[in-house]
Amino acid sequence: MPPGPAFLNYAVLLSLGLFAIGALGVFLRRNVITVFMCVELMLNAVNLAFVTFSRAFGTLDGQVLVFFVMVVAAAEAAVGLAIVIAIHRHRDTLDVDAFNLMKW
Amino acid sequence: MVPLLWWQALLGDTAKVFVIFNINMLTFVHMTWLERRVLAFMQFRLGPNRTGPLGFFQPYADAIKLFFKEETMPAEANRKAFVAAPLISVAAAFMAIAVIPYGPPFTLFGRQWQLQVADLGVGVLFIFAITALGVYGVVVAGWSANNKFTLLGSLRSSAQMFSYELALGLSWVGIIMLAGSFKIGDIVQHQAGWLVHWNIVRQPLAFLVYFVAATAEVARIPFDLPEGETELVAGFHTEYSSMSFGLMQIAEYINMITVSVLATDLFLGGWYSGLPFLPSHGLLGFVWFGAKVFFVLFVFVWLRGTLPRFRYDQLMDFGWKVLIPLAVLNIMVTAVMVTVFGS
Amino acid sequence: MIDAILFYMFAGAALGSALVVVGQRNPLYSAFALILNLCSLSAIYGLLGSPFIAVLQVVVYAGAIMVLFLFVLMLLNVKRESQEEGSWRALAGTAFALAVLLVFQVGTVLLHWHHPAPPDFDASTRKMAEILFSPRFLYVFEATSILILAALVGAVALAKKDP
Repeated sequence: MPPGPAFLNYAVLLSLGLFAIGALGVFLRRNVITVFMCVELMLNAVNLAFVTFSRAFGTLDGQVLVFFVMVVAAAEAAVGLAIVIAIHRHRDTLDVDAFNLMKW
Repeated sequence: MVPLLWWQALLGDTAKVFVIFNINMLTFVHMTWLERRVLAFMQFRLGPNRTGPLGFFQPYADAIKLFFKEETMPAEANRKAFVAAPLISVAAAFMAIAVIPYGPPFTLFGRQWQLQVADLGVGVLFIFAITALGVYGVVVAGWSANNKFTLLGSLRSSAQMFSYELALGLSWVGIIMLAGSFKIGDIVQHQAGWLVHWNIVRQPLAFLVYFVAATAEVARIPFDLPEGETELVAGFHTEYSSMSFGLMQIAEYINMITVSVLATDLFLGGWYSGLPFLPSHGLLGFVWFGAKVFFVLFVFVWLRGTLPRFRYDQLMDFGWKVLIPLAVLNIMVTAVMVTVFGS
Repeated sequence: MIDAILFYMFAGAALGSALVVVGQRNPLYSAFALILNLCSLSAIYGLLGSPFIAVLQVVVYAGAIMVLFLFVLMLLNVKRESQEEGSWRALAGTAFALAVLLVFQVGTVLLHWHHPAPPDFDASTRKMAEILFSPRFLYVFEATSILILAALVGAVALAKKDP
């Protein structure tokens, strides 16, 4: 049964809201892993937008793209967390502001 | 077929859920008794034989005792997480039951029923997803007790669980390819007829991989390192007592029962008797189904009485370096056969 | 009708847990909130008629990636974030105001989006497989498998201790 009239609008609005919250988190948080989690939040918001539009237009392309986004997010999470472990071993802190060696 | 009103459908579904829940709980209760008796006989002793005839009421006595035990919580533990962890385990254990058919379709009051709560189009994948969520109960349980041993035990246990989950999922791909559908009902239907149609005969390697992975997934011997009494104190549920511990035991046994029912449905022909002259439609199918599930549960207990425990590194090696390649090999061979010969 | 109620429930859960992810000081609680968020999103995908993506979301995101996050958080024993300096408040205020502005601006556009009546489509796994393995997406599919292999090797290489 197709969703109700305003349903899809609210779904895209939810996606926007999640993206904005995620972006806020990326800018404001100081722990590297929390920043990473907010990036995952943004990726999920985009996934939701993809699925909603796929539903609205009746094609499956959006969902296939979501599949690939999930795969890439998984790969990125693995490598990103490995990097986090490596830098924690180096500096023994997870504060984003501590890693400023390349600042001018 | 007269279409149902919404409240009639709701009532029917509630009845189904009630029946399936009770089947599981009763099986769990009597499994504990059966396990102790069978293990005892295998170890040349008697097991519980005082409480009731043949010790049949032992689980009830255990439950009453557990209720009266003191519910402890470590001083620095995270209260909410400590309480929530067994709930997550139990919730995940019971959610997986929703898509499994517990018997053949039968007619009652002029309607067709089947003991399956939700016939999802992605049935088998749903079970995979819920098993993935079950890992969190273990992780949160170990972490929340503020105890290094439980933390290590829970991390080990969850690593074991999600490593063998992969092999579990891969072992299903072969039979999904053969049946052409993710629905468990369809996979059972595909095994109707003679004994040679059962998936255990058509995919023996997949069954082996499934059985080993399932034993590891529910952390039964020989893979019960996480909760062995002599390893790491008692693993991730050291700090739990009374009903929280009871809940985790429920989760573990329900997982075991689910895995056995799945083995029956996916590999052993479900409710079909395997011989077309022995009828298996309607209520007779329950007999065959029950017999097969009981047999698989017995094999689990049998394994427990026979094999020693794996060491952790042996366990992880085996999961990643043996089971997953075997499962992938099975998939490749099945894919070639399906392409060449048709389903 | 019941779909709409369920959607609002899960949307509320998703938004609430997202706020907890961003607002909570302890990264472990953020991780738990993110798991809740991912599961509510999975439910919303189910409501939007994509069962395969819903299940995949739980298996991949909530079941694997978040377990990885939890492992790293628990083994590195991260503590609560320390209190930030004073100048942070002005920055946070500006960021928050800009975020609200973003939501308002784009939100008004999105609310007035009149989509055609959504056709009833079949998002079963079979259809998804037909598209994934069609010549259009096959190359991408194989490329992502190589990507995962690269990520696997890279993660192990990066996290290894130098002996």
